[in-house]
Amino acid sequence: MSFISLLWVLLLGSLLGLELIGKVPPTLHTPLMSGANAISGITMLAALTLIVKAEGNVPLLIIGSVSLGFALFNVVGGFFVTDRMLAMFSRKPSNKK
Amino acid sequence: MNLPVITKFVIDLLAVLLLALGIKGLSKVKSARDANRLAAFAMSLSVVGLLSYYLGTSGIAIQSWIWIIIGSIIGSLFGAILAKKVPMTSMPETVALFNGCGGMSSLLVALGVAIFPISSVQENFDFFKSLINEVSISVSIFVGAITFTGSIVAMAKLQGWLSTPGWTQSKVRHFVNIVFAVASLIAFFDLINGNTSSIWLLVIVSSLLGIGVTLPIGGADMPVVISLLNSYSGIAAAAAGFVVDSQLLIVAGAMVGAAGLILTQVMCKGMNRSLVSVLFGGSLSAQSTASSGSGEYTNITSCSVEECALTLEAANKVIIVPGYGLAVAQAQHTLREVTKKLEQNGIEVVYAIHPVAGRMPGHMNVLLAEADVPYEQLKEMDVVNPDFPATDVVLVLGANDVVNPQAKNDSSSPLYGMPVLDVQEARTVFVIKRGMSAGYSGIKNDLFDLPNTSMVFGDAKKVLNDLIGELKDLGVGEK
Repeated sequence: MSFISLLWVLLLGSLLGLELIGKVPPTLHTPLMSGANAISGITMLAALTLIVKAEGNVPLLIIGSVSLGFALFNVVGGFFVTDRMLAMFSRKPSNKK
Repeated sequence: MNLPVITKFVIDLLAVLLLALGIKGLSKVKSARDANRLAAFAMSLSVVGLLSYYLGTSGIAIQSWIWIIIGSIIGSLFGAILAKKVPMTSMPETVALFNGCGGMSSLLVALGVAIFPISSVQENFDFFKSLINEVSISVSIFVGAITFTGSIVAMAKLQGWLSTPGWTQSKVRHFVNIVFAVASLIAFFDLINGNTSSIWLLVIVSSLLGIGVTLPIGGADMPVVISLLNSYSGIAAAAAGFVVDSQLLIVAGAMVGAAGLILTQVMCKGMNRSLVSVLFGGSLSAQSTASSGSGEYTNITSCSVEECALTLEAANKVIIVPGYGLAVAQAQHTLREVTKKLEQNGIEVVYAIHPVAGRMPGHMNVLLAEADVPYEQLKEMDVVNPDFPATDVVLVLGANDVVNPQAKNDSSSPLYGMPVLDVQEARTVFVIKRGMSAGYSGIKNDLFDLPNTSMVFGDAKKVLNDLIGELKDLGVGEK
C-alpha cells in the first residue's frame, strides 16, 4: 500500500466520521461517546500484527500481548458498558405498551 | 492477487461499512442498541479477517498464538468484569479509563516497532518509507501517551482521588505545559532524524503534557475533555495504522477521531463553553470567584421536609429537576418512590432534564432509566421550559447552575448565555441541597434568594426518604 493511498484512506475516513454524527440528542451523548471509545480500541489489530510478526522475539511478543490486553480491555469493556446503558433506554417504551 | 489478500480486502471493507453504520445508528435512540452490537460484530469480524489472512499467508507461530491468547483473555476478562460491575453513576470515569487504555495500546505498538524494528513490518525499506514510519511512530507515541495520562487524570479527578492543585490555576501551568510541548517537539524531530534513544524522552514528556493539560480542568468540564481524549485515541489508532500498514485501522481511527471532535463540539455547545476556554481556561470556579458571584445570600427561606410534603400533596403538577447531587447521593431510586406516590394521588409528575444534567450529557437519562422512570416523563429543556408557569411545585435535587436565573438576567455573570431551566416561574420551588455551597461554577445562585424558593437542607437520599415517610403519614399514594 503506497503512502499516498494511505493518506487518501485517512482523509476519506475523517470525512466519513464528520458526516456520521450530525444531530445527536443529548440523551445519547454518553452512550455514543462510550461506543465510539470502544471502536477506538481497533488498535488491537495493530497489536495482533505485532505479535504475529514478532518472529520469536520475546520482548516484542510481551509488548504486543500487553498492548493487545489494553486494547481488548477498551473494546470489550466499552461495548458492554454501552450496551448496559442503552438497555435501559430500550426497555422502557416496550414495558409501557 | 491471491485468495487470502482478496478475502481480507472484502472483510475489511465490510467491517468498515458496518462500523460506519454502527456509529451512525448510535446517534438515534431507536437504533442505538443494535448499532452498538453491530459495531461490536464488525470489530470481531476485523480480527477474524486479520488472523485468517496471516494463516493463509505467512502462518502464525504457536508462540504467537500463546501470547495472543494470554493478552486477549486478560484484557477481555477485566474489561467485561469492570463493565458489568461498575455502578451507572461512575460511567464518566469508566469511559475515561477505557479510553486511556486504548491510547496505551497504540503507544505500546509504536514503542514495540520502534525498539525492535521488524523487517517484515517494514517491507521495501527506502528513505521515504522510513521517514513515514518514523513520523507515524512518533505521532502514535505522542498522541497515545497524552490520551493515556490525560484519561487517567480525568478518571482520578472524577473519582475524587485527585483534587485540583492550586498552582495549576495560576499562569505557571501555561509555562510548564509549553515547556513540555516544546520538549516533545524536540524529541519528535530528534526521533525522525534517526536518534532512536530520544523515544523515551518523547514518551516521558508527552505523558507529562497529558497530565499537565488535564489537571487544571474543573470537574464540570471533564466530560468535554473525555470526549476530546476519545477523539485523540482514534487519532492514535490511525497513526498506529500507518505504523503497521493497515488501512482498516486508519479508516476506523480517523472515523472515531473525527466523530469524537464533532461530539466534543456538540457537548461544548450544550454547556455554553468554547473548547478553547475548556482547555486553557482552567477551572471555572477558580476564575469566577474573583469576578462576580461571591455575593451574599440575603433572603434564604429554609423549610422542613414536612412542609415540603404538605405542599406536594396539594399540588396538581410537579416538575423534578435532577442534577449532579442526585447522582452523587445515588438517590434516583428513592426519588422514583416519591414520584410513584405522587402519581398514585393523581399528581402529574415530569422530570426536566437539562442537556448537561448529571455528570455527563445524557448521564441523567441513563440514571433515571435505571430507576425505572418511564421514558415519556423525561422532558428536555426546550420542551419543559414553557410549562413552568403552570407548575405548582418544582423539586430541585442537587442541581444548581442549570437553574440559576443569572444566566438569563445578568449579563455580567460568567454563566450569562448558558441555557437554563426557568424554574423560578413556578409557584413554589423546593431546593434540596446539602448546604449553601455553590455549584460547579462557584457562582451564587439567585434562585435561592427568591421569595417562592425554599431550601430543604440535607443529603438528597435522606431528605427523599424522610419525604416518603411524611407522604405516607399524609396518606398520599395509598389506595
